[in-house]
Amino acid sequence: MGDHHHGPAKGLSRWLFTTNHKDIGTMYLWFSFAMFILGGAFAMIIRAELFQPGMQLVEPAFFNQMTTLHGLVMVFGAIMPSFVGLANWMIPMMIGAPDMALPRMNNWSFWILPPAFLILASTLFMEGGAPAFGWTFYAPLSTTYAPPSVTFFIFSIHVLGMSSIMGAINIIATVMNMRAPGMTYMKMPLFVWTWLITAFLLVAVMPVLAGAVTMMLMDIHFGTSFFSAAGGGDPVLFQHVFWFFGHPEVYIIILPAFGVVSQIIPTFARKPLFGYDSMVYATASIAFLSFIVWAHHMYTVGMPVAGELFFMYATMLIAVPTGVKVFNWVTTMWRGAMTFETPMLFCMGFLVLFTIGGFTGLMLSIAPADFQYHDSYFVVAHFHYVMVAGAVFSMSAAVYYWLPKWCGKMYSETMGKTHFWISFIGFNITFFPQHFVGLAGMPRRIPDYALQFADFNMMSSIGAFIYGASQILFLYNVIATIVSGKPTDKEKVWEGAEGLEWTVATPAPYHTFERPPAVR
Amino acid sequence: MLKVSRNPVVDTVAKLVVTAVAMFAFVFVVMVPLYNVLCDALGINGKTSGEAYTSVQAGVDETRMVTIQFVATNNEGMPWEFGPSVNSMKVHPGASNDTVFHASNPLPDAMVAQAIPSISPSRAAAYFHKTECFCFNQQPLDGESSAEMPLQFIVDRDLPQDIHTITLSYTIFDVTDMVRGAVAAR
Amino acid sequence: MVLKAKRLCKLALGPVLMLLSLASAGALAASSKVNEVNMPPGVTEVGQRIYDLHMLILWICVVIGVLVFGVMFYSIYHHRKSRGVTPATFHESTKVEIAWTVVPFLILIGMAVPATSTLLEIYNTDDAELDVLITGYQWKWKYEYINEDGENVEFFSNLRTPQTEIYNAEAKGEHYLLEVDEPMVIPVDTKVRLLLTANDVIHSWWVPELAVKKDAIPGFINEAWTQASEEGIYRGQCAELCGKDHGFMPVVVNAVSQEEFDSWLADKQAKAAEIRELMAQTFTMDELMERGKAVYERNCLACHGANGEGGVGTAIAGSAIATGPVSGHLNVGINGVPGTAMQAFGGQINDVEMAAVITYQRNAFGNNMGDMVQPIDVYNHKNG
Repeated sequence: MGDHHHGPAKGLSRWLFTTNHKDIGTMYLWFSFAMFILGGAFAMIIRAELFQPGMQLVEPAFFNQMTTLHGLVMVFGAIMPSFVGLANWMIPMMIGAPDMALPRMNNWSFWILPPAFLILASTLFMEGGAPAFGWTFYAPLSTTYAPPSVTFFIFSIHVLGMSSIMGAINIIATVMNMRAPGMTYMKMPLFVWTWLITAFLLVAVMPVLAGAVTMMLMDIHFGTSFFSAAGGGDPVLFQHVFWFFGHPEVYIIILPAFGVVSQIIPTFARKPLFGYDSMVYATASIAFLSFIVWAHHMYTVGMPVAGELFFMYATMLIAVPTGVKVFNWVTTMWRGAMTFETPMLFCMGFLVLFTIGGFTGLMLSIAPADFQYHDSYFVVAHFHYVMVAGAVFSMSAAVYYWLPKWCGKMYSETMGKTHFWISFIGFNITFFPQHFVGLAGMPRRIPDYALQFADFNMMSSIGAFIYGASQILFLYNVIATIVSGKPTDKEKVWEGAEGLEWTVATPAPYHTFERPPAVR
Repeated sequence: MLKVSRNPVVDTVAKLVVTAVAMFAFVFVVMVPLYNVLCDALGINGKTSGEAYTSVQAGVDETRMVTIQFVATNNEGMPWEFGPSVNSMKVHPGASNDTVFHASNPLPDAMVAQAIPSISPSRAAAYFHKTECFCFNQQPLDGESSAEMPLQFIVDRDLPQDIHTITLSYTIFDVTDMVRGAVAAR
Repeated sequence: MVLKAKRLCKLALGPVLMLLSLASAGALAASSKVNEVNMPPGVTEVGQRIYDLHMLILWICVVIGVLVFGVMFYSIYHHRKSRGVTPATFHESTKVEIAWTVVPFLILIGMAVPATSTLLEIYNTDDAELDVLITGYQWKWKYEYINEDGENVEFFSNLRTPQTEIYNAEAKGEHYLLEVDEPMVIPVDTKVRLLLTANDVIHSWWVPELAVKKDAIPGFINEAWTQASEEGIYRGQCAELCGKDHGFMPVVVNAVSQEEFDSWLADKQAKAAEIRELMAQTFTMDELMERGKAVYERNCLACHGANGEGGVGTAIAGSAIATGPVSGHLNVGINGVPGTAMQAFGGQINDVEMAAVITYQRNAFGNNMGDMVQPIDVYNHKNG
C-alpha cells in the first residue's frame, strides 16, 4: 500500500485512468447532468411543439424521434448514471471501505458510457433519422418498420447495459466484501441497502434487455422471426420480454431515491429513521414483486382474463410495501425537531409528489380502469410524478446534502431554496394538468392534438419551460458553490447527520478509510 | 454455499457474472419457448396448433350448433387477392368440416405466402382443431395464377357451452424474400 | 382578441383549477368538453362501471392522501426546531408496522372486488348481434362488417382534417384531428363485437365514451365489445405509437337507431354493387379527371403535395413513373414501392378510384400525357 498515499494525478490523465471511487463518482454525476440537460432539451422541443394545436416547429417524424430519445436519454443517461455516481461516492464512505471492490472495472464501466450515448445521439444525423419508436421500442415498429439507425441504437443499448451490469457487480462486490468490521448488514445505512437490492435487480434484468435487443438485431439482420408473425413469431412476445426488464427497471430507478430520502429525513428531523428493519423488508418485497407484475403494462394486448387478474392483484400488492415506506418517513418526521434546508425541502417535495404518483399508480393497476388510462397522458403524468419527483428530486436533495462534504464549501441556502420552489411549482404546472387531458382522452406520443386539450397543454408547456429553467439554476448553484461557496471544515456538516461519511474530514480527502473505522 | 475462489471479491464477481450470463440465456432458452407453450395452452392471441389434429372425436354432437366465421387480412405489401369462399358456416361439434380459401397472385412473378391463423374468442382456440390447413405450410403460387387452399377442421365437443360463435382469422404474409434469404444462406 | 383574452383568463385560472378540480370534477364536465378534467362516463354500461370504479379509487386515494399529508403538514408545523421542540427518540413499533401493512391490504381487497367483476364483464364478448373487423393501417382504420350470408361491407376511414389546418394556414375546425371521411356506424342498444387486427404495426383502437381500448396486432385478432345506449358521434384516437402519423388516425363512431343503421348498411351494399357496375363502364376524360382529383386529395396529397411537387413522397409532376408507361404507373399505385413510404393502394381504393387517380396524375401538374386509364384496365392489371 505504501506509495498509494499521494493525491490525484494531474490533468486529463487523472480522469481517464482514475480508479478512485470519488473521481469516478464525480464523472458519473457530471455526465448524468449533461445527459439530463440533453434529455431536457429534447423535452423542451416536445413541449414547444405541443404549446399550441397544429404543427409549428417540427415534423411528426422528428417529434417521434424526440419523444424516443428523451425517454432513452433520461432513463439510461441521466437517472441511472446519476445514482451510480452517488453510489460510487457514498457507498465506500458509508460502509468504511477505502474504495470500490473493483476500481479498474469501475473506470471501464464509466468510460464506455459516453461512447454509447455519442452513438445514440449520432443517430439523429443518420439517414432515416434517429429511432422514432418510443423508449419502449415495440416490435414490429422497431424491427420491420424501423429506420436504419436502429442497429446503432441496439449497439448503444448493449454498451450501456454492459456498463450498468459492471457497475452493479462492483457495488454488490463492494457491499458484500468491503464493509468495515462491525458493519453488519442490518447496520448499513439505508442508501446502501437500497442500492444493494437495486444492484441485484440490475444484474438480473439488464441481460434480459440485452436479450430483447439481440432478438431484434437477429430479426432485422439474420432472418429470424422472434417478433414477426409471418415466420411463426409474435410481436406481443417482445412486450413480455421488454417489460420483464422494464418493470424492475422502474424500481432500479426509484429504490436508490428511497435510500437517499431515508438518509436525509432523519438528519433534518434530528430523529432516527422510523422502522429501519421494515424499510429493508419493504424494499426487498418491492424488488421481489417487480418480477411478477410486468404485464400490467400490457392490459390492452388481449391477455386471457386469468392472466389479467393475476397481474392486477400482484400489482395492487405493491401499494402495501410502498405505503409502509411513506408511513415510515412521515413517522420519522413526527415529533422530530425539523429544520428545512434545501435537501429537506426536496425530500418533502419528493414525499408529496411521489405519493401522488403512487396513487395514480394504484389507479393504473386496476385493469378495467386501465383500459381508459392506458397510453394516455394520464400515464405520462403518472410516471413523471414517480420518476421526476421521485428520482430527480431526490437526486437534487442528495447533491445539496452531500455537496459540502464533497467540496468543502457550502451552497447558498437562498439559491438552493429558490431552485426548489421554482422546480416544485414548474413541475406541478407541467404535469398536473396532464392527468386531466389524459383522462379526457388525449393519447400519449402525439405531435398534435384536438382543440379541447389546448389550454391544459399550453399550461403544461409553460410549466415545462419554468422547470427546465430551474435546472439551469441548479447548475449555477453547484458551480457557484464549488467556485466561491463559503468554505467549511466541519466534519459533520449537518447537525443531525449520522453515519460514517460524516466522520471523515471536510472536504473528503482523496483517500478515506484506508484503515477501517471502528463501527459501534 | 459454493465457493468459486478463495478471494471473496473474486468469488462474488464470478457468481454475479454467471448470473448475468444465465439471465441473458434465460431469455432465449426459457422465455421464448415458455411463451410459445403458454400460447398453445391458453390460446394467447388466439393461436392454434401448427400441426394437424389426429385424435378422433367421440362422435358428433347433433344437439349443438356453432357458427364459424372466416375473415382474411392481407398484411402490408401482400398483393394477393385472398379470402374465404364462404363467410360463415354452421357446424356441429365433433363433426369434420371442409371449406376452401381462394388466393390469386396478380403479379407476374412467383411468390410464397404464409397464412397465420388466429381465433377469437381466444379461449376457443384450444377447442378448434384443424385436421388439414394451408396454414401448416408456406404456400407458393406462380405469377398471375390462382389456387384454392383447403381447410378441414373439427370443433371439439368440449367447447364451453357459452361459446356460440368462433371467428377464424387468417392474415396472409408475403414471405418470398424470407424463403429466398434462407435458400441463399444455405 | 376576445378569444385570446378568454384563453388567457383560463390560463390564469389554471393553477386554481388544478386545486379545485379533483373535488369538483363533475361540475365542469357538464358544461362542455373543453378543458374536461375527468374521464367521461360514456354511453355504455361498462363505461359507467369503469367510471364508478375510477371515482371510487380516486376518492379512496384522496382520503388516504388527506390523512397522510395532514399528519405530515401538522408535523412540519408543530415539530419544527424553531419552536424549540426537543426531538423524540422512538424509532420502531412492530404493532404500528403491522397495522399499516394490514389496513392497506384490506382496502386493496375492497378495490379488487368491483375491479374483478367489471373486468369479467369486459371480457364477456358472447352473443353479439353485429361483428365488425377493425384493421389498423399506417395511418387509418378499415372497418369490415361481417355479413354471414353475403358480401362483407368494408371501407377505410381516413383523417378528414386538411393539411392546411394542421399547418396553420387555415383556422381549425371544431373537431380538429377528430374527424374522418367515413365514420364507423353502429346501431344503438345492440351488442357489437369488435375484432381487431392490424396490417403493419401495432395500433390501438380507443374511444373513451365507448370505454373500449384494445390493441390491434398484425397477424392476430383481438376482441372487444361495446353497446352504446345513446345515439351520437363518439370520437377517439389511435393509442399505440404506430409511426409518423400516429397522432393523425382518429376513430369516429356514429351510433344511430337500428332503422338508420339498416338503411345505411343497405346503402353501403348498394354502393358496393354500383362500383362493381362502374367497373364495367367506360369514363370520359373529364369524369376521370374530376374523380381523380378527389381521390388524389384524399390519398396522395399529404405526401406528394397539392401540385404534385412532392414532399415526403417523390414529385409526381414530370416524374418518370407518371410520364412513363401506364403499366408501370399502375404497378406503383396498386402495389406500392416496398421499403418506402409509398403504400400499396390496390387494396385500399377501388378500381374506379385507382383508374381515376392514375389518369389524373398523368394529366395534371403539367404532365399532359393525354392517355386515360379505365377501371377495367386496373382490373386486368390486378388479375393478369
